[in-house]
Amino acid sequence: MTTVTELPRTEETFIELENVTLTYGRGDKQVTALGLTNLRVNQGDFVALVGPSGCGKSTILKLVTGLIKASEGYVYVAGREVGATPIRVGMAFQNPTMLPWLTVRDNVMMPLKIVPPFRQEYGAKKKTEFRDRADALLKEVGLANFGDKHPWQLSGGMLQRASLCRALIHEPQLLLLDEPFGALDQFTREELWAVMQELWMKLKPTVLLVTHDLKEAGYLATRICVMRTRPGQIVDDAAVPFPRPRTIDMSYTPTFVSMTQRLRELIVSQRPVKETV
Amino acid sequence: MSPQARRKVWSAVLIVGFFVVWEALCWLFNVSDIIVPKPSQIIVTLIQRGPALWPHTLQTLYTTLVGFGFGIFIGIALGVLIGSSRLAYDVAYPLLVGFASIPKVAVVPIFVLWFGSGTVPAVLTAMIMCIFPIVVNVATGLATTEPELEDVMRALRATKFDILWNVGLPRTMPFFFASLKVAVTLAFVGTVISETVASNRGIGNVMMIASSNFDVPLVFAGLIILAILGVALYAVFSLIESKITGWAHRKDEFAMG
Repeated sequence: MTTVTELPRTEETFIELENVTLTYGRGDKQVTALGLTNLRVNQGDFVALVGPSGCGKSTILKLVTGLIKASEGYVYVAGREVGATPIRVGMAFQNPTMLPWLTVRDNVMMPLKIVPPFRQEYGAKKKTEFRDRADALLKEVGLANFGDKHPWQLSGGMLQRASLCRALIHEPQLLLLDEPFGALDQFTREELWAVMQELWMKLKPTVLLVTHDLKEAGYLATRICVMRTRPGQIVDDAAVPFPRPRTIDMSYTPTFVSMTQRLRELIVSQRPVKETV
Repeated sequence: MSPQARRKVWSAVLIVGFFVVWEALCWLFNVSDIIVPKPSQIIVTLIQRGPALWPHTLQTLYTTLVGFGFGIFIGIALGVLIGSSRLAYDVAYPLLVGFASIPKVAVVPIFVLWFGSGTVPAVLTAMIMCIFPIVVNVATGLATTEPELEDVMRALRATKFDILWNVGLPRTMPFFFASLKVAVTLAFVGTVISETVASNRGIGNVMMIASSNFDVPLVFAGLIILAILGVALYAVFSLIESKITGWAHRKDEFAMG
């Protein structure tokens, strides 16, 4: 269950980073955000990226969406270079980034307005089918009667639930979560893990989750990739063997604790030696 | 009394008080009509000359609104163009400031040269007066849109237009309406300048003729009409603003209870 760096390439490979590096700036000011990185993610996988701040976790997400281009190497999504095959991507960030002038329901429905094939039908279905779908999803995360509210009327945890709905409403094949539970209190966070797991088991998107929280990674992910910093690189890639649905109680079992401990030690040991600046 | 109502009452008291003090000072120092007429006299003039002033008032209002309409249209177009990229913003700004610094009264003769005297130069003057604040505000609103809001859209592979329409423009609305309130009063200034220089209609023209006849109460009557029109249009746009961009002013509403 430890250090599986070379997964066999299969039909199901959904995301592949091949010898990818990413550097910013030029000359002396050049910063390597991501060192030589290889990563394969299978269809329907739930992969957590953990590691210290600034190790390029979020960079990997941006590479996969095509928001930034790799300096070297290739990023493949759904069998072709990123951007070539239009796939539906859902994204949720640490900041819920709701548009303040729209109601929560309209915020959740925004992807349907943008993403084909839904956008062609948006005008016709926004008051019927799409609206019902948004309401059903909101109900599932416990926001049944909040569709007509505006974002500022909701708490941080509620906004993050709505943000998850927005990430999922267009049935994305790929879900990218950038510390979506990072700013929440422990109880809300655990509640949302359960919600997230349930939604994932039902919809089965491929998920990349960036997180600082090892317990969160262990609870949600099927695979955990540990990254180091300067340059950012994946140093460990391990499957998480626990059966689903997982519970919070599971996270107190010895196997779970020893797993998170191993990951923790790994991350701590990967800390860069303090350089003289 | 609610704080809001109290504010309105004090506003009214201030306005009435201003005219009362004006009237009192005129009596006290025995100021000649030819220098500063009393408010009571201006009101009498307004009523007596009302029928003659009315078509000129409509003319000025019409000219201003047409110019203002064109100004909004061009202002939004330029603002979107300049605000949509950092480069365009930096490149175009100096030129824009240059245009804004030109005294508008100086361009009226040019417009007259091109289009003859009358309504057209007045419309154009009103238009160029109000373009600048609209462009600056729309461009600033767009340029300061939080990148996170755009990231949400970009991750969905939204086109530039999608982002502009769904994020940029709605987010810019509070800036836009703030600029409209300034622009509409500037449009009046533009109209009146042009009417004063080159027209035989409109309040500006009436004031011009009145002052050359030393009919000072009529000049002041014209000023009062312009002030009333300005306040009225300002109020209209404030109302529209509060309807459309209520989300941006929620703190105020909450504080009001």
